[in-house]
Amino acid sequence: MRKIKEFIIEKLILFCGLASIFFVVLIFLFLLKEGLSVLKTVGIGSFLFGKNWYPISDPAQLGILPLILGSLLVTLGAALISIPIGIACAVYIAEVAPLKMKEALKAGIELLAAIPSVVLGFIGMVTLVPWVKHLFHLPTGLTAFSGSVMLAFMAMPTIVSIAEDALYSVPKSYREGALALGATHWQTIYRVLLPAASSGIVAAVMLGIGRVIGETMAVMMITGNAAVLPKSILEPVRTLTATIAAEMGEAVVGSEHYFALFAIGIVLFVISFLINLTADLFLHRNQ
Amino acid sequence: MINSRITQKIAFFGLFLATLLIVLPVGMILVIIVQKGWPAITWQFLTDMPRQGMRAGGIFPAIVGTIYLVGGAIMFALPIGLLAAIYLCEYARHSVITRIIKLAIVNLSGVPSVVYGLFGLALFVVFFRFGVSILSGSLTLGIMILPIIVTASREALESVPYSFREVSLSLGASKWQTIRHIVLPNAIPGILTGTILGLGRAAGETAPILFTVAAFYLPQLPTSLFDQAMALPYHLYVISTQVPNVDEKIRYGTALVLLTLVLVMNLIAIVIRAQFRKKKKW
Repeated sequence: MRKIKEFIIEKLILFCGLASIFFVVLIFLFLLKEGLSVLKTVGIGSFLFGKNWYPISDPAQLGILPLILGSLLVTLGAALISIPIGIACAVYIAEVAPLKMKEALKAGIELLAAIPSVVLGFIGMVTLVPWVKHLFHLPTGLTAFSGSVMLAFMAMPTIVSIAEDALYSVPKSYREGALALGATHWQTIYRVLLPAASSGIVAAVMLGIGRVIGETMAVMMITGNAAVLPKSILEPVRTLTATIAAEMGEAVVGSEHYFALFAIGIVLFVISFLINLTADLFLHRNQ
Repeated sequence: MINSRITQKIAFFGLFLATLLIVLPVGMILVIIVQKGWPAITWQFLTDMPRQGMRAGGIFPAIVGTIYLVGGAIMFALPIGLLAAIYLCEYARHSVITRIIKLAIVNLSGVPSVVYGLFGLALFVVFFRFGVSILSGSLTLGIMILPIIVTASREALESVPYSFREVSLSLGASKWQTIRHIVLPNAIPGILTGTILGLGRAAGETAPILFTVAAFYLPQLPTSLFDQAMALPYHLYVISTQVPNVDEKIRYGTALVLLTLVLVMNLIAIVIRAQFRKKKKW
C-alpha cells in the first residue's frame, strides 16, 4: 500500500516537474496555431519588413516594420539610460554602500521591481509626458523618449539585482589579491571585479532589455501609439506589445486582424526566447 | 598615490549619484501618488460601486475582482509550482531533462505579459470555450506566476541541509515521508515568500487579463467563475486613458490602492525572508 502511494506521488511530482516544459510548448503551439496562417499568406518577409500597418483597411496591409522599429527605438533609449545607471548602482550596492544602507537599497530596488507597470504608465502620463512636451516644445509629450525614460526604470531593478549578484559571486581571493598588490578599492573594482563578473553583467543587461521589449502597459500609455515609421525619438511610436494590447479588443475572433496580432505574438515570443536563452548561457558560463 | 585616491573619491561619488538617480525618482513617484491619492481614500471609495460612467463612486468591484483573480491564480500555480520544485530538488538527477526544465522556467518568466494574454485568449477563452471569464483570467495569471513560485520554492527546499534528509531516511522513513514531514516544514517560510511575491505580481499585471477576463465597466459583483470581472490594474488603465474627464482624485486614489496592495505584499515577503534567514538554525 505504502509502495503504491509513494509511486503515485512520485509520478505526480514528475508530472508537475514537466509542467513548465509543457506550458512553454503549449504557449508556442497556440501562438503558431493562430498566427502561422498569416505568416504564410502574407509571407514572413513582407510581414516583418512591410512598411504599412493598416490591419482594418481593405485589403489589409500587414507590415510590422513600423512596430518593430518603434519597439527598437524605445528599447534602445531605455537601454542607454538604464545600463550605465543600473551597473553603477549595482557596483555601489555591492562594494561601496555601508551594510545598513545596502540592505535598504536592495529592498528598495525590489520594491521598484514590484510597482505594477500600469501604475508607472499612469505616473508617466501625469508627470513625465507634460514635462517632455514643455522641455522640447513638442505638440505632444507622448513620445518614444517618454517611453524610454519610464521603461528604463523597469529595466533597472533587473539589471541592478542580477549584476549585483554577479559582483557578489566573484571569489574573495581575487579582491584580496588585487588589494594586496597595492591597488585602491576603486582600481580593484574596475580592473578586477568588473571583468571577473562580466558574463553575469552581460546577462543582467540582456534580461533587463528583455523586460523592456516585453513591457506593455506603460509603453502603451505614454508612447502615443502612432503606427508609422518613426523619424526621431521625440515622436509618437507604437511598439509590438502595445499593438497587440490596443487592437486585440477590437479584432474579431477568427479575422485576419486577429491572426495577425498572434503573428506579432510569435515574433515577441521568439525574441524573448532568444534573449533568455542567451542570458542563461552567459549566467552559467562560469559554472 | 594621491591621484588614485582622488580618482577613487570621484568614482565612488559617481556611483552614489547613479544610485540617487534611481532612488529619488522612485521616492518621488511614491510621494506623489500617496499625496494626491490619499484624499480620495474613504470608506465609501473602497466599498462603493462606480457611478456615472466611473467618474464618481468607488472601486469596490475592481477590488473584489482582483482578489478573485489572484486567489484563482494561486490555487492553480501553488500546487503545481511546489511539486515542480520538489521534483527539481528531491527527485531529479542532474540530467538533460532537469536542464531543459530549468530553461523552460527561465523562458516562462521572460515571456512578455501580453503574450500570456494572447495565449490565454487562444487556449482558455476560445479553445476551451471558458469565455471571457474569471476562470480564463486566473489560469492565465497562474501560468504567468508559476516560475516565481518554482524558483522561490526550490531555493527554500535547497536550503534545508542534506543531513536532515539522511537522518530521516536512516530512521526508516520513505522518501515522500521525509519530504512531507522533514523537508517541507523547514522550507515553509521560503515557499511563503515565493507565494506572496507571486500574488503581488498577479495583482498588478494588466496585459494578461486584458482579453481574458477584464470588464470595462461592470457595476455588479461577479457571481460565478464564468463571469467577467473588473480588476484594479485594468480599471486604472481604463480611467486614465479611455474615459475622459475622470476626476484626478479618483485616478490617484485607484493608483494608490493598487500600489499599496502590491507593495504591502512584497514588503511582507521581504520581511518573512529576512526573518527566515536570521533565524535559520543551521
